[in-house]
Amino acid sequence: MLKSTRNALLGAALVGISFSDQAYAETTLNALFMAQAAYSEADVRAMTEAFTKANPDIKVNLEFVPYEGLHDKTVLAQGSGGGYDVVLFDVIWPAEYATNKVLVDVTDRITDEMKKGVLPGAWTTVEYDGKRYGMPWILDTKYLFYNKEILEKAGITAPPKTWDELAEQAKTIKDKGLLATPIAWSWSQAEAAICDYTTLVSAYGGKFIDGGKPAFTTGGGLDALNYMVTSYTSGLTNPNSKEFLEEDVRKVFQNGEAAFALNWTYMYNLANDPKESKVAGKVGVVPAPGVAGKSEVSAVNGSMGLGITSTSQHPEEAWKYIVHMTSQPTQNAYAKLSLPIWASSYEDASVTKGQEELIAAAKLGLAAMYPRPTTPKYQELSTALQQAIQEALLGQTSAEDALKTAAENSGL
Amino acid sequence: MPGTWITTRAWLLMLPLLVVMIAVIGWPLVDTVRLSFTDAKLVGTAGGFVGLDNYAKMVGGSNFQRALITTTWFAVVSVAAEMVLGVLAALLLNQQFRGRTALRALMILPWALPTVVNATLWRLIYNPEYGALNAALTQLGLLDSYRSWLGEPGLALAALIVADCWKNFPLVALIALAALQAVPRDIAAAALVDGAGPLNRFRYVIMPYLAGPLLVALVLRTIEAFKVFDIIWVMTRGGPANSTRTLSILVYQEAFSFQRAGSGASLALIVTLLVTILAVAYAALLRKAAGAS
Repeated sequence: MLKSTRNALLGAALVGISFSDQAYAETTLNALFMAQAAYSEADVRAMTEAFTKANPDIKVNLEFVPYEGLHDKTVLAQGSGGGYDVVLFDVIWPAEYATNKVLVDVTDRITDEMKKGVLPGAWTTVEYDGKRYGMPWILDTKYLFYNKEILEKAGITAPPKTWDELAEQAKTIKDKGLLATPIAWSWSQAEAAICDYTTLVSAYGGKFIDGGKPAFTTGGGLDALNYMVTSYTSGLTNPNSKEFLEEDVRKVFQNGEAAFALNWTYMYNLANDPKESKVAGKVGVVPAPGVAGKSEVSAVNGSMGLGITSTSQHPEEAWKYIVHMTSQPTQNAYAKLSLPIWASSYEDASVTKGQEELIAAAKLGLAAMYPRPTTPKYQELSTALQQAIQEALLGQTSAEDALKTAAENSGL
Repeated sequence: MPGTWITTRAWLLMLPLLVVMIAVIGWPLVDTVRLSFTDAKLVGTAGGFVGLDNYAKMVGGSNFQRALITTTWFAVVSVAAEMVLGVLAALLLNQQFRGRTALRALMILPWALPTVVNATLWRLIYNPEYGALNAALTQLGLLDSYRSWLGEPGLALAALIVADCWKNFPLVALIALAALQAVPRDIAAAALVDGAGPLNRFRYVIMPYLAGPLLVALVLRTIEAFKVFDIIWVMTRGGPANSTRTLSILVYQEAFSFQRAGSGASLALIVTLLVTILAVAYAALLRKAAGAS
């Protein structure tokens, strides 16, 4: 009696187990994203929800860290045997991630449709050594934003075309007493400073690396840092820039305390939002300026991509998810936050509507995107350059010596 | 032999704990020592044996020396300030007055806050554009223009020390307050009757009770301050111009940002060694103090 009951229970339990296997044959993906303003956590969750609705057998766990923690978190998870299937990566990491086998090569997964449809410049975000390690997802560069009202008050008719003009216009604004320090940058000891520096390096026609050796200590690399130092010491640049990240720049600009600011795409629609910003409707945007005789415009490649980690047990599902996140419909739906990677989107009225000025600037800026050095030693190089920029700004050493020290500490 | 049986049983009872300890503390430590003699990367290559190369490179580098100075400054100044503030706060809270209990509870608050929250809070206070500190000081007429507290090398370390003190002096105060409760009232009253001034009362009546616990607080705080990472990482990430880059931040960068697990491990062990030397020196002090009282 007891025995039969027990057996019945056991049988039932076994049946239950096998049924539950049937019912829950689902895959769980772990994805690492960054906490930021454009494509906010809520946006990424909404995009992901659309994916899981269409693919009920795939569950996606999302994790968000600030940009400053993204690289180290990815590498750390990899070092301890994995944890994520899909990771967001910055344009500067494919070299290192490919060399250390953090990401898998997805060259063969990319369809002809993708190859034809995505902007050619966007692919550099995910490429290293002729192979592709993911799909570009956030297409981004730094633009020159300006406050139309302040320029008007200063009698300036058009935004600057060159960096020297920018300095002249800022001086006019300062001299007229409209603003004490008209320009805001993100020069904190962080990657943000390198993005501003790279923009200037591209304008001055500089090079980071030549023949595997640092090449930023002379020519364009040196001119770029000298420009920063002059702008800082002459009081045209807000001195607090040396502790600003992008969000600080945005707040200063939105409060009407900056006539000019260098920042990413995301600032455009936020600074034009009356709920967010005191300068809504007065925000102008143009590509970052050039240098007479050297360049028309300047731009840094600040794009990011989504890739599959080499430790992932579910590369098929992970790729499916990446395809959804980078698809044209998804990208178009969120185009107010981040411009699409798809060329034909730029002709789509629903995408361009209300941000024509940004789209016009993007067409020039995105085409001129200059890469930060692609080297597996990037983190070391960047850390050394961050230190050089700060030391030069603080007047602890000359721009030339600071860059020489950076070259010595770059690990190259 | 009942004695040996008891001993064996004691060891048997401790065995699970020992196994866990060896697994979570012993083995990683041994592995870190092993790593420190290799040129292993965090991911990818296992690395080969390089002897003492890592140690030589790390200790010989200017980064290490600078970080050691920064760390020492941070630890000495913040711990000294925490001790003084803690004792003063404890003496105040040891008095009889209305609202004492509420004030005691309030004082624990900074210490109870997670460090990251505390660091974020202070970043807002120090904000150069709309921070409370700039606003307060200019309104009081102490500043004529807003300062960039975390953007200037000298100021940034001082600003971090203030933030660290605010968070940690309550711990010292709590320990000191507990010690003060133990001072016999009749002795304190007798000293008062005999006409001892406040300084003498503190020196001869209170200090003997306070010395031991304070030394414990000093040991705890020094070791923690020497290993400081999170508050600095959140507030300045070692900037401006590396003026707040402490040893722990250097270890982190070496091992995780640059992914040199080998040299990161050697640096971590050097820091461990320094902290151990401090701890041993303090322990000797403690024993001396205990012997003296």
